[in-house]
Amino acid sequence: MRKAIPWKSVSFHSFVCIFGLFMLYPILWTVASSLKPESEIFVNAASLIPSALEWGNYATGWKGFGQVGFDTFFKNSAFVTSLVVIGTLFSSTLVAFGFARQRFWLRNALFACLMISMMLPSQVTLVPQYILFQKLNWVNTYNPLIVPAFIGGTPFFIFLLIQFIRGIPRELDEAAVIDGCSPYGIFWRVVLPLCKPALVTTAIFSFYWTWDDFMGPLIYLNDVSLHTVSLGLRMFADPSAVTAWGPMFAMSVLSLLPQLLVFLFFQKYLVQGIATTGLKG
Amino acid sequence: MNSQADTTSQAVDTKAYRSGTAARTKNRVVRNLIGLSFISPWLIGFLFFTIGPMVASLYLSFTDYDLLSEAQWVGLDNYVTMFTQDPRFWTALKVTFFFVFVSVPLKLGFALFIAMLFNGKHRGVGIYRTVYYIPSIIGGSVAVAVMWKQLFGLEGAVNGILSLLHIRGTNWIADPQTAIWTLILLVVWQFGSPMLIFLAGLKQIPAELYEAAEVDGAGKWQRFAQITIPMLTPVIFFNLVMQMIGGFMTFTQSFLVTSGGPLDSTLFYAVYLYENAFAHFEMGYASAMAWILLIIVAVFTALIFKSSSFWVHYESEEGNR
Repeated sequence: MRKAIPWKSVSFHSFVCIFGLFMLYPILWTVASSLKPESEIFVNAASLIPSALEWGNYATGWKGFGQVGFDTFFKNSAFVTSLVVIGTLFSSTLVAFGFARQRFWLRNALFACLMISMMLPSQVTLVPQYILFQKLNWVNTYNPLIVPAFIGGTPFFIFLLIQFIRGIPRELDEAAVIDGCSPYGIFWRVVLPLCKPALVTTAIFSFYWTWDDFMGPLIYLNDVSLHTVSLGLRMFADPSAVTAWGPMFAMSVLSLLPQLLVFLFFQKYLVQGIATTGLKG
Repeated sequence: MNSQADTTSQAVDTKAYRSGTAARTKNRVVRNLIGLSFISPWLIGFLFFTIGPMVASLYLSFTDYDLLSEAQWVGLDNYVTMFTQDPRFWTALKVTFFFVFVSVPLKLGFALFIAMLFNGKHRGVGIYRTVYYIPSIIGGSVAVAVMWKQLFGLEGAVNGILSLLHIRGTNWIADPQTAIWTLILLVVWQFGSPMLIFLAGLKQIPAELYEAAEVDGAGKWQRFAQITIPMLTPVIFFNLVMQMIGGFMTFTQSFLVTSGGPLDSTLFYAVYLYENAFAHFEMGYASAMAWILLIIVAVFTALIFKSSSFWVHYESEEGNR
């Protein structure tokens, strides 16, 4: 017997594939343009296949501008991002455990404050924060970017972890109390190890957002030697800069590479993380 | 004899009770302090980097301050100027509202449509989901902003494709009519996060509901309108609030792709605020703008929350412990 052609499945796959191609086209185009010779980028603009592979774009782009190359920008970005991730993990786990498992004065009122601060437009505190950091002599250092992470600067992550900890059975805590565990012991030995999936989600998101961050570095970092990758790339986009399109696309591709790699390796955690925060909200 | 014993035991009881309450009070204090010690990092941050700056920003909004000289109290001047003498403020409001009210529904509609597609039992859905999510990961980056600018330029890839169809495209970025649409497209392109949230929501709808409806003769559209949408309303609500707040704050895309231009056609509120604060050093005026933004966002969030009792359907309350 011959099987009937599953038209439903065929139409699904063809639609999703074609549409997916449209979704990915801008990224593929950037990769292709980063390998095209300069003269070709805007001649056969739509094409995704370079006539010759021009790896020189990467070498030229890597040199950057003047004295400062992309090796510096990448080092700076890596430094800021790793400290922010550590700070975020440190502060948001402690705070989330406090809200999810401890009783203290004004707990509900403070939780409401946490939720409100999650929805607060960052522009409201932008100007006074800048003035504060300026008074502290922190402008042109990494402190304004890093220190907030250590004091629960992104309430979203605290909320994500609270939701996760609430799902851990309380019986485990109670058993630990009977065994003579202090609240800090429960946090460190019982809850934290069980939070691993949520910790990975938090780490990945805070990595993405810090790596991507543009406004923070734009406002606080003036010295080119302190610039992050975002600011370095922006110098290519500046109309007054030399229009070296090939190197610009090459560095764009490199700047996206860490994010894409992390996504491919950890996508399971990401998908879970987004789904749980969204659903239980 | 008995009564004597009673009184002594009573006295002992009271004593024990007293020391018991003292111990209990002490315990309670310790317990509170332990709890507060856990949240102390956030509490410090909240006081010094959120509440403090908010109060400062409210004060600054009534002053004239350029960072160099002392802040001068000017009363309501900043607000009066904003509403009566600053046409660019109104432009920024108009552009931002247009952007939010077009891009958010489009993005959520798209996210829901794709999530419905992916909810079926097809092979390879995992891979498709991954591919469709990629733009959301990198969408906020400078690299993508730079790429978008070139894609939609006069000699960019979009016009390259259109020329194959013998259509002559304009410079989409430089035309005041189309510039805002390139930014809307950029944001809608990143529908991945709401898509994943919708997908998780769809998976939680019990299959029995659909089966029962089918038995009762409900068609595809009826099932969608009578089951899927009502069951998804909590998720729609969450997505709507988050995307709307994000929309009002959009900065990087407009700042890098169009720089607010051409002819202020993409002058987002956040871009104009940045311009006042860090290009003109009008810190007082920028603070006043920030407070107006806060009020706008608060009003819309409150409206969505208030209206939610009419359209958000909660299956049961027991899930929210």
